[in-house]
Amino acid sequence: MISLKVNGKNYKVDVSDDMPLLWVIRDYLKLTGTKFGCGIGECGACTVHIDGKAERSCGISAKEAQGRKITTIEGLPENHPVKKAWIKEQVVQCGYCQPGVIMQVAALLSQRPVLNADQIITKMDDVICRCGTYPRIKKGIKTAIQMTEKEVKKS
Amino acid sequence: MRTSMTRRTFLKGSLAAAGLTIGVSVTPFGHRLLNASEIDSFSPNAFFKITPDNKIAIFVANSEMGQGVLTAHSMIIADELEADWKQVQVCQAPARDEYKSPLLGAQVTGGSTSVRGFYEPLRKAGAAGRIMLIKAAASTWNAPEDECKAFMCKVKHEKSGRTLTYGQLCLEAARVQVPKDPPLKDESEFRYIGKPMPRVDAPEKVSGKAVYGLDVTLKDLHYAVIARPPAYGAKPVSYDQKAAEQIKGVEKVVQIPQGIAVCAKSIEAALKGKEALKANWDRGILPDMDNNSIEKSLMEDLDKPMVSVVNTGDAKKAISEANKKIEATYFLPYVAHATMEPMNCTADVRDDRCDVWAPIQAQTGAQNVASKVSGLPKEKVNVYTTFLGCGLGRRLRPDFVAEAVMISKALGKPVKVMWTREEDIKYDAFRPSASHRIEAGLDAQGQLIGWSHKVVSPSILKDINPAAIKDGIDFNCLWGLADAPNSPMWNNRLQYEIPNLYIEFLISPLPMPVGYWRSVGNGPNAFVIESFVDELAHAAGKDPLEFRLQSLKNNMRASRVLETVAEKAGWGKAIPKGEGRGIAQHACFGSYVAQVAEISVNKKDGTIKVHRVVVAVDCGPVVNPDPLVAQIEGGVIISLGTALKEEVKFANGGVKSANFDDYKVIRMSEVPEIQVHIVKSNEKIGGIGEVGVPPAAPAVANAFFNATGVRIRRIPLNPKTVMDALKKV
Repeated sequence: MISLKVNGKNYKVDVSDDMPLLWVIRDYLKLTGTKFGCGIGECGACTVHIDGKAERSCGISAKEAQGRKITTIEGLPENHPVKKAWIKEQVVQCGYCQPGVIMQVAALLSQRPVLNADQIITKMDDVICRCGTYPRIKKGIKTAIQMTEKEVKKS
Repeated sequence: MRTSMTRRTFLKGSLAAAGLTIGVSVTPFGHRLLNASEIDSFSPNAFFKITPDNKIAIFVANSEMGQGVLTAHSMIIADELEADWKQVQVCQAPARDEYKSPLLGAQVTGGSTSVRGFYEPLRKAGAAGRIMLIKAAASTWNAPEDECKAFMCKVKHEKSGRTLTYGQLCLEAARVQVPKDPPLKDESEFRYIGKPMPRVDAPEKVSGKAVYGLDVTLKDLHYAVIARPPAYGAKPVSYDQKAAEQIKGVEKVVQIPQGIAVCAKSIEAALKGKEALKANWDRGILPDMDNNSIEKSLMEDLDKPMVSVVNTGDAKKAISEANKKIEATYFLPYVAHATMEPMNCTADVRDDRCDVWAPIQAQTGAQNVASKVSGLPKEKVNVYTTFLGCGLGRRLRPDFVAEAVMISKALGKPVKVMWTREEDIKYDAFRPSASHRIEAGLDAQGQLIGWSHKVVSPSILKDINPAAIKDGIDFNCLWGLADAPNSPMWNNRLQYEIPNLYIEFLISPLPMPVGYWRSVGNGPNAFVIESFVDELAHAAGKDPLEFRLQSLKNNMRASRVLETVAEKAGWGKAIPKGEGRGIAQHACFGSYVAQVAEISVNKKDGTIKVHRVVVAVDCGPVVNPDPLVAQIEGGVIISLGTALKEEVKFANGGVKSANFDDYKVIRMSEVPEIQVHIVKSNEKIGGIGEVGVPPAAPAVANAFFNATGVRIRRIPLNPKTVMDALKKV
């Protein structure tokens, strides 16, 4: 039995220790927003947050993920600046890679000291979008930063 | 706006069905997208239905693979119907004859036909609905029809101020005869068409709730992965079935023609079972085949007798008598689709029915193959299209559907077949490799007077539709150069006005499967044509833009996109030293596109940096401008991949490339600034999904020549190719 804390919920799943976290999330927890793309950490489609950092869920085992705080695309609030910016800038095409892209951007956005848009963009070479939404991803990142700054000012 | 796939409820019947009975029909299974049997009362108009709750359900025949078809089709109907966008629910239609593409004769998403094919029919369907609702209102009020006006899901009697909603009118309207040729709105009255409407699929895709093929879940679902031969035509020599079956969760090992399938209760167990098989294979049909032997074969075949495709004037004579004669040989490698969602399909074969859930571009093809493999008649086969994690043409080939149906039948359980990324690349049906040899002649004024062109390529149609190969000609491979008479693809032909033109073709016997890859023959052929035209311009001592325009004198649309892109890109203005600027144009799928690329070349390591690509496109009427621009951006980016990086590697008779670590694609830092200019046009509507692809690669190659004075006649222009070419000079 593996115990996992995902999106604030505790789960106990009967899987082998070495099962990649990706398959546990998708096939056992039925959180299918996290995608399978390559299985070797090259494409970023399976990106989730582990203890606040963007990680490839295909490259981490269920056992390694135990006791750590895991957030998937479903656990990222719907009013999160990145999700809102992605709608505003109409980033998606097929959308398959986007949960991973969004999770990566969201993690970079919360990094301290704060990164600017260009710094975040330079850290996006390890995610692949085959539709070619990259120009929109860039716009989305800039808009998400502006939205975050506005929220900070308000509060 | 898009109805939830998991809680879809809809009322039976439609506004167009005569004597209809209204009944609630809840989809019995949460995961089912739409049950084909539930829309029996749907005809004669299967595109939308209005229910008494004043909701409009729109059914989209084409697959949503990122191009925005769910939104575009809905906008077209909603506009003519005078619907309130807020009341519209968009649904993916099941596989049914009513949804066949008017251009292609099958339910299929390809050839950039989704909007251009359905534009008129959907406008008419919407207009028919509007007229029936007006008639229903007029008869209810006993008022003349011309005093009643439809507006945002309501009909208003202008004199009395009375209104009825579409919901209130839909039952009465259903009794009205469907008008055969309803009058369409004037363009100036458009409410949605031509305006940037937000994509209806964006919210669920951003939330992570969108259901792709791999996300389909069913009760008692089993998973299958397949151990496949490492070389083309290889047969299994031995494999350890017992070892695989001993893995916890593995249920069954089945040998099928495609390989050895391991079925398990989880994907993880299936993958472990596949490892445990330790399958050994023989060396296949061409054990020594590799990239060198492939290139040698294609190049040598250029000297073989070919079949004539186009022969106008006398190209041989014109070239031999020309003031200047130019000859060049070009080569293009195999390119993989590598869609982000690997191939997959879920099938549930029972004694009396077969249900298929798949991210598929070819519903009719999927239904046919599932019927054949299951042994059930087509009426018993239901195909549900999920979201597609990119299509790129790969999902027109329903090979993965056949596997899922086969394995579900063998196991007697619902099965999801998943291809790993390695399988997805190795067993792809690639964009075909090709070789070209062209000779051309210029007269004393530098006018293009003769062009003779040989093409060798494996046949795309060979596996898919061999009957369409006539006299050894596969037009799919020739698109951009030549097309079949009366082709629904419209104008996939060489645009230049050349008085003496000869095009010859030969099908290469190379064994690897090839298929449709975004823009099909247009992409590779445009690289060759537009690079060679640049060579001719140079030989004629003319500016590449001017040279193109002089051979496009009577081609208003091609000239206009060239002139537009030249103006927007500042063609002719000085550029920094070490940088290069290149231009290219191409017409296909009814649209015209020209691009200018600006690049710099690092002569020390051979890397090319693309700084900016400017695009001008004329596709006739525009339905949804923002996704249109996004399609062009995506087309440019994937084309830059083919120009700079993408090339499938082969070794030992099979595919060596396996994953994104050795099949390199474009990533964020390589993406240039892309500016897209839509040329306003009242011409017939053209396609958009593929048309951004063809000019980008030659624009980059031409910019490379502009920067270095060196012509590279092959793609990709990767650092090794660039360094080799620079060293030769």
